[in-house]
Amino acid sequence: MTSTADLMDFDKALELFEPVLGFEVHVELNTKTKMFSPAPNPAAPGADASEPNTMVTPVCLGLPGSLPVVNEQAIRFSISLGLALGCEIAPTSRFARKNYFYPDLAKNYQISQYDEPIAHDGLVEVELANGKTFRIEIERAHMEEDAGKLTHVGGATGRIQGADYSLVDYNRAGVPLVEIVTKMITGAEHDAPELAKAYVSAIRDIVVALGISEARMERGNLRCDANISLSPRGSGELGTRTETKNVNSLRSVERAIRYEIQRQAAILAAGGAIIQETRHWHEDSGTTSAGRPKSDADDYRYFPEPDLLPVEPSRALIEELRSALPEPPAVRRRRLKESWGFTDLEFQDVLNSGLLVEVESTVAAGASPAQARKWWTGEIARLANVAAVDPSSLVSPADVAALVALVESGELTDRLARQVLEGVIAGEGSPSEVVEKRGLKVVSDDGALIAAIDEALASQPDVLEKIRDGKVQAAGAVIGAVMKAMHGQADAARVRELVLERATTP
Amino acid sequence: MPDTTPPPLDSAQVAHLASLARIALTADEIEKLTGELGVIIESIAKVSEVATPDVPATSHPIPLSNVFRPDVPGATLTVEQALSGAPERDGDRFKVSAILGEEQ
Repeated sequence: MTSTADLMDFDKALELFEPVLGFEVHVELNTKTKMFSPAPNPAAPGADASEPNTMVTPVCLGLPGSLPVVNEQAIRFSISLGLALGCEIAPTSRFARKNYFYPDLAKNYQISQYDEPIAHDGLVEVELANGKTFRIEIERAHMEEDAGKLTHVGGATGRIQGADYSLVDYNRAGVPLVEIVTKMITGAEHDAPELAKAYVSAIRDIVVALGISEARMERGNLRCDANISLSPRGSGELGTRTETKNVNSLRSVERAIRYEIQRQAAILAAGGAIIQETRHWHEDSGTTSAGRPKSDADDYRYFPEPDLLPVEPSRALIEELRSALPEPPAVRRRRLKESWGFTDLEFQDVLNSGLLVEVESTVAAGASPAQARKWWTGEIARLANVAAVDPSSLVSPADVAALVALVESGELTDRLARQVLEGVIAGEGSPSEVVEKRGLKVVSDDGALIAAIDEALASQPDVLEKIRDGKVQAAGAVIGAVMKAMHGQADAARVRELVLERATTP
Repeated sequence: MPDTTPPPLDSAQVAHLASLARIALTADEIEKLTGELGVIIESIAKVSEVATPDVPATSHPIPLSNVFRPDVPGATLTVEQALSGAPERDGDRFKVSAILGEEQ
């Protein structure tokens, strides 16, 4: 059903049009319980929501007579997030009902906030690879509840269109969400796709630093809807926007923006019109397809939620939370760069890959900064690229630190460690478990190595001569043969030492 | 007293509201409700006449705020309890008709 749209060359599109962006990022809070009910929160650390409809109360199901009560921790987290986004915290804010009929919420409305959000008017600074910084203005951050999960059954594609029926799991219904809405972003130009990625990455870093969300995009803890429109150069007129949903990785955010710019430009240049609608991002094909038509006047008939009272945080509470805020991102970046001793280039490499949090956590788990950087921006990033996912979804910082420890203790060579990493990613267990299961330990038994060396030397007598004549580089052939005999599970440096020793002792 | 002010509600708006609320109404019912709802709106509009800008808007009759619950997990329903009122189920999930549309 995904039709291939005509795309205009990206540079050409930017010549003709100016992109205007806007983002809505949903953050699932990791409180122990849901927003309005004491049901356990599937977005909490370590929660297992795999059995459908096991984390629900009458409130989550919208049963008659049930009453929502606000989770105090969710309010504190929301205020902290608002403050970290540089927002004003509203002295009075209210919940509202957003009315719509769709089975992902059983009560026919979502409890959200409308004209009185808890936080408004903030600012997030975003730094790009080329060193440029953008100031992204935050319009508002409001609290709401997440909806249940629908599985569409039947039809040709398993998607909404053509489905025979849908199955509903309400475990996610009522998970505390904060929706962060930016103001219109202009002036990003060619940097628009990268800026999009950098912005979402910045939000992720902020919520991770605050410890208020697990922030795993692939699990839906952090979701981005990207609004984009094109304005013909010099026209001063805003174009019609589309809202791309279902963008589940930092990488996809960047790709989706680029795609929409190219798609919209091709339509506009051909004299067509952009339809105001939601677009679904398809990770596999790297394209978007049309969703629901969307108008600014979507008739949700918001009205104040009569079952809930206003939230009026005291000055004292706000100041308490403000004083507990983690250091601002720019300060944090400077501190980390210094303590890790990275060059500008090395640090930029980490930043540009969106791996700051991963490297930091890996260092915290005991790895050296250099090794943590090497693995994340090297092999893990490479594997993630091949699998078209975010590196953070492949392996945990703790496992990377364990892997580094095995290399540094000499139990693994780099080459073996890469195989162990593959095993960890394949779900075979922790690094030491994979070493055990796959039998990947380095052969550190000198006896076994010496036997193999003697065998190799015996079959290549000319090599022995050359080494004794001082042509040390000739040892390479023997080292290669030994490494092969050991199936690569030997430390090449140790083998070299032993070869030279054997060759020079008659 | 001749009434020159436009009616507070017309039948098209009532029909629109009915469709948003998924309520099927006949033309007669729409006509009748347009009149009845109009009367209610006019009555409530009288309140606005006495509300001056220094009267803050309120969403609740009781002057209370900040009613919270601690973040402590409580009892949940069993799957059987959760699904006991479902007109249709499939395994441990609610089964509903396919609805054209998507998450809001």
